[in-house]
Amino acid sequence: MATANVTNNEQYNYEVIRKFTIMTLVWGAIGMFVGLYIASELAFPVLNFDIPYITFGRLRPVHTGAVIFGFGGSALFATSYYVVQRTCQARLFSDGMANFTFWGWQTVIVCAALGDVLGYSQGREYAEMEWPIDILIEIVWVVYLTVFVGTLMRRKQPHIYVANWFYLAFILATALLHTFNNLAVPISLFSMKSYSLFSGAQDAMIQWWYGHNAVGFFLTAAFLGMMYYFVPKQAGRPVYSYRLSVLHFWAIIFLYMWAGAHHLHWTAIPDWTSTLAATFSIMLLLPSWGGMVNGIMTLSGAWDKLRTDPIMRFLIVALSFYGMSTFEGPMMSLKDVNALSHYTDWTIGHVHSGALGWVAMITFGSLYHLIPKLWNTKVFSLRLINIHFWLATIGILLYITAMWISGIMQGLMWRAFDDYGNLQYAFIESVAAAHNLYIMRAVGGLFFLSGMILMGYNMFMTIRSGNVEQTPN
Amino acid sequence: MKHDLIERNLGILLVLTMFAISAGGLVEVIPLFFIKETVEKVDGVRPYSPLELRGRDIYVREGCYLCHSQMIRPFRDEALRYGHYSLAAESKYDHPFQWGSKRTGPDLARVGGKYSNEWHTQHLTAPRSLVPQSVMPNYPWLVKTPLDYSDIQLRMKALRKTGVPYSLTQAEYDRNVKDFGPDVAKSLHIPDAEKNLIAQAQLGNYDGNPANISEMDALVSYLQMLGTLVDFKKYDDDYFVKFR
Repeated sequence: MATANVTNNEQYNYEVIRKFTIMTLVWGAIGMFVGLYIASELAFPVLNFDIPYITFGRLRPVHTGAVIFGFGGSALFATSYYVVQRTCQARLFSDGMANFTFWGWQTVIVCAALGDVLGYSQGREYAEMEWPIDILIEIVWVVYLTVFVGTLMRRKQPHIYVANWFYLAFILATALLHTFNNLAVPISLFSMKSYSLFSGAQDAMIQWWYGHNAVGFFLTAAFLGMMYYFVPKQAGRPVYSYRLSVLHFWAIIFLYMWAGAHHLHWTAIPDWTSTLAATFSIMLLLPSWGGMVNGIMTLSGAWDKLRTDPIMRFLIVALSFYGMSTFEGPMMSLKDVNALSHYTDWTIGHVHSGALGWVAMITFGSLYHLIPKLWNTKVFSLRLINIHFWLATIGILLYITAMWISGIMQGLMWRAFDDYGNLQYAFIESVAAAHNLYIMRAVGGLFFLSGMILMGYNMFMTIRSGNVEQTPN
Repeated sequence: MKHDLIERNLGILLVLTMFAISAGGLVEVIPLFFIKETVEKVDGVRPYSPLELRGRDIYVREGCYLCHSQMIRPFRDEALRYGHYSLAAESKYDHPFQWGSKRTGPDLARVGGKYSNEWHTQHLTAPRSLVPQSVMPNYPWLVKTPLDYSDIQLRMKALRKTGVPYSLTQAEYDRNVKDFGPDVAKSLHIPDAEKNLIAQAQLGNYDGNPANISEMDALVSYLQMLGTLVDFKKYDDDYFVKFR
């Protein structure tokens, strides 16, 4: 056994995975704290404190950047490097390049946050980073692709495991989206300011082709890759249906790219694009639920684990939220529903049922499985994992319920007419009516953040008891 | 099993994946650059003057688009609340577009001319002094910060590269006179940018302080022209429908 351990230690590069894993926890806590803060600003605007750097408009991209690219991105780097090595039984293609992706990516997140608070913004949602940061992202991403593909080429298995298809599609799609959405003309080589190459309707289409597929690939396909490794591992059972995984992989990556224009229903883009996008959004329901079914049914025959294993509970609840938000999404892409929901808090609720319920929960479950393995130890406290699970679940429910109520209320108030055919409410009345719900949302966020911090503590204690010298199989 | 072939061949997997993820964008995005009806033919839409452009940059800097849309939808309630639904043509010089996706505050696509300059300056400095239930942050630094317009020509030149008809040469200037009339053409001439910016700020006196040109001057000048360029009285109600 001792000799086997030594070879394993040389076989896989765990060092870079450990670093990304720790940063996942750090960015999670920071990003969610900023989220809680800006949620509180909307409930109590005095919290803006007349300081330019912390106004809602500047902190919101810090929140989205830190949670999507910092927390989500680091989790994806960590798990993809782990999964590709384990399923290919091969060491990462290049330690140096993998290490470069770590430092490069962390630099991106820090610079993006600094740029946001200082007011350097491209004015594009989830792509606020100005051109020098975009170029760094591009470089890191190409190196990431090289490491990932290089490792796949070294595989000792003839087959490429399904999780890797999803990771690969995510890396390719992100490269494509990032490149085209950030085409811009800098005003000079020494200025952070640039102007988008495209304008108006075309610019809007490209931005939401990017924005929607950042969700579709960065936050969905990639995390499905995570799911396809960690759910079977934690359940100790093979994936439920191979055929279903093939079907829903190709369907998802093909269909998602058409759906972006549903963010632009009833706007000044041509009707045909918006109708096409709605159609594809409805079709997306099927492969999305295919993925959910495949994940949940992997547990069949081991359902008792839901009662005994809090890690399994994270993974399965994540899949349930995935199913729920991939039903809600197509519904909101119907033009009639969208007419009510668009521009309201309903959208924010939808995003968070996906981001907290699916992305964060599947990440928590996967990391609770992964961290003890990386540090060759046992989890410090299963009880704390259980508490984390309930804090997170209650937090999400408070959050999305508050946003459903305020969103539908705003939609209805804006379109309400009185008996004389005049608008029944002034806009500000809908703002005032949302106040208590904004407080409720912030409380939900506080629950979720507390869980995240608890996880940080639990994992810190776990790592402290760990031993990286000997990494067993 | 056919799929087995793909799973064993990384090259095939890569190529097929690229095909699958490229199709949607190719079909939905590319045609928008070539189908003429995507952007309506309409009089009045012009590029921003130098002062308005700097105001728009501040709008982007402060992340206003995260709470305010600039895209009125073709519904009866929006027509009553905000005015005529937005046309693609009205943002054809917008790099980037600022349609937004959320209305924590009201739509601003046609806010121009609805309130006085004094109102805007007061409201941006301390929103709750005018609208007690507002959740908008105070922006007291706008009126105190002198507008930096040292790089205004660089900004206009960059936009010119993207296709906005700011003029550098006499020929371009003459073309603008033809397209937009002499007054607008002057404001689009890059070599005169600083002069035009100062003149508009002093004439408009948007922030109520004629002594200096503040960021508030620029931002209010931008807000006051939003949605005012197209004269909808000149068009039949049916005219715009055919572009949708």
